[in-house]
Amino acid sequence: MSSSADVAQERRAPARASFDGLRLENLTKSFGAFTAVDDLDLDVPRGSFFALLGPSGCGKTTTLRMVAGLETPTSGGITLAGQDITYAKPYKRPVNTVFQNYALFPHLDIYENVAFGLKRRKAGNVDAQVKEMLSLVELDSQTRKRPAQLSGGQQQRVALARALINKPEVLLLDEPLGALDLKLRRNMQIELKRIQTEVGLTFIHVTHDQEEAMTMADTVAVMNAGVIEQMGAPEELYENPRTTFVANFLGQSNLIEGTIKGRSGDLVTVDMHGIDVSVPAARSHADGDKGWIGIRPEKVLIGDPGEQLDAPGNSVPGGVVSDVSFVGVSTQYLVRMPWGQELQVFAQNTGHRRIYRSGEQVDLSWRPDYAFLLDASQDARAGAQEGTD
Amino acid sequence: MRWLRDHLVLILGILILLYTFVPIFVVVLMSFNDPSSKLIYRFDGFTLHNWLNPCEPEGMCHALGTSIQISLLATIGSTILGTLMAFALVRHDFLGRSSMNLLIFLPMATPEIVMGSSLLALFVAAGFAGQLGFWTILIAHVMFCLSFVVVTVRARLAGMDDNLEQAAMDLYATPRQTFWRITFPLVFPGILGAALLSFSLSFDDFIVTNLNAGNTTTFPMYVWGVAQRGIPMQVNVIGTLMFMVSVLIVVGSEVNSRRRTAKLATR
Repeated sequence: MSSSADVAQERRAPARASFDGLRLENLTKSFGAFTAVDDLDLDVPRGSFFALLGPSGCGKTTTLRMVAGLETPTSGGITLAGQDITYAKPYKRPVNTVFQNYALFPHLDIYENVAFGLKRRKAGNVDAQVKEMLSLVELDSQTRKRPAQLSGGQQQRVALARALINKPEVLLLDEPLGALDLKLRRNMQIELKRIQTEVGLTFIHVTHDQEEAMTMADTVAVMNAGVIEQMGAPEELYENPRTTFVANFLGQSNLIEGTIKGRSGDLVTVDMHGIDVSVPAARSHADGDKGWIGIRPEKVLIGDPGEQLDAPGNSVPGGVVSDVSFVGVSTQYLVRMPWGQELQVFAQNTGHRRIYRSGEQVDLSWRPDYAFLLDASQDARAGAQEGTD
Repeated sequence: MRWLRDHLVLILGILILLYTFVPIFVVVLMSFNDPSSKLIYRFDGFTLHNWLNPCEPEGMCHALGTSIQISLLATIGSTILGTLMAFALVRHDFLGRSSMNLLIFLPMATPEIVMGSSLLALFVAAGFAGQLGFWTILIAHVMFCLSFVVVTVRARLAGMDDNLEQAAMDLYATPRQTFWRITFPLVFPGILGAALLSFSLSFDDFIVTNLNAGNTTTFPMYVWGVAQRGIPMQVNVIGTLMFMVSVLIVVGSEVNSRRRTAKLATR
């Protein structure tokens, strides 16, 4: 077995010009008639923190298990640093997994759990490495305890240490924070991100929690029904979603029906129930002459009828407040529009504006730069239910 | 009256405990008995004679030796076979698996007299009528212990988290290493429990054994035989010893687990 330094040296050699991260090509997995992962193509750059985000049953865990070697693909290939590992045995790939339920060995103590991988590979200097890893996850005082004697958060850290100590090319995290309570989860998110930056390994994190994915990952791939809907940096996905599923699953969106009137230069003009609104061409993802105009609730400004709001461009009069909920940092309104639809508006409680009451007449407005346009053929409610946990 | 009402559960509990312990107490007491007559089973006087000469009654220790041999062999045979069967039933999908899972309960549900006589009929039909003895008893014992082993080990195996073996493989353990380092240690308590159960089932058995024994005599058969003409007090010595061994096993495992807990608490 060559040391990791040799492997890294080899990878830097110019002869190996191919992609040095993890590449999935046309990856498909079917269970009988059900296709869990459908012709998936994905490149995960080396050293990145990559999140695979989607509702349960979208195929994200199956994808992860194929990378780990615990599931054999029906077709397609997996290459890691230029090496084909599609059919390699799980114990022969430089990939380690943090399981959803941790899967700590109950009959071994914490030390032996963490040392397991090193001992199987007959690595030298096991003791020093285990101690170093246990201090990284701040468990040096618990080494001789059994997993059952630790709290959920501590078990989670043991599972992480047990995988990390092997310095895998890729670390797979299968909803590792799902079983923790909210406060602990937030702490562990920060902790995981810190460790990833420290060790510089490729992390692939599978989760259904959009907030978790956005806080932690450099790149997020939103997965639905076995395919990737959209992939990119968290801000990009949030600000410029390409599908209704992404728009609803990541945060919340108002989607309003509209007819495209014309495209000129950088702007697309859309007729929205008799009101002309414009959307930047770069944020327009509609092919036909119909589309969904999307706007995030926090981008919508609310004001008295006829009031000049600081959002030149799209102004929508004639709303009636139908519901008000005060959340502290913001006030969330539901505003019924003349065409019958209720739009969501989140107004920051800066103190500059008064809070409207239910039944009041209001105007809405938003900057055209914030709007986006989606294809009318998609379901406006796709991903909405799964997104709100 | 009020006192009685408040302590009714306690009193009942003590009475039930007494009810279960009285026979054992009698066995222990009688092991020190110096009987005046072979035919009257009564405590007549204290002696250590029975304990100092346990093998005095003719044939008793020979029967005991036969019983121990058969029980050990039956335990080993049924534990190995039953463990393999449990693994097959839990881990592999094959034609007839579900019916197999049901069939395995049949020997446990069948009355012993039915099982014993049908085994006898089988041995006779197969032409072993003249060779009934040690080996036919052993075959019969392995057969009825098998179900208990399969059921015990299967429960343990089914309750095991599949992810553990996958985690081991993910951590560079080959299938062989995964089995010996993860699967086997985790299933072992089930296998050990099954082996202890097999031993006591086999050692105890009278009905099936009696039907298939030919001229061979096991300890339970010996006791049954001598009971007709007055039980020698040494039988009680063996009974007390058996009881003590069981108590030792139970107490030992309890002490062991307590010590482990205490050790972990101080760390």
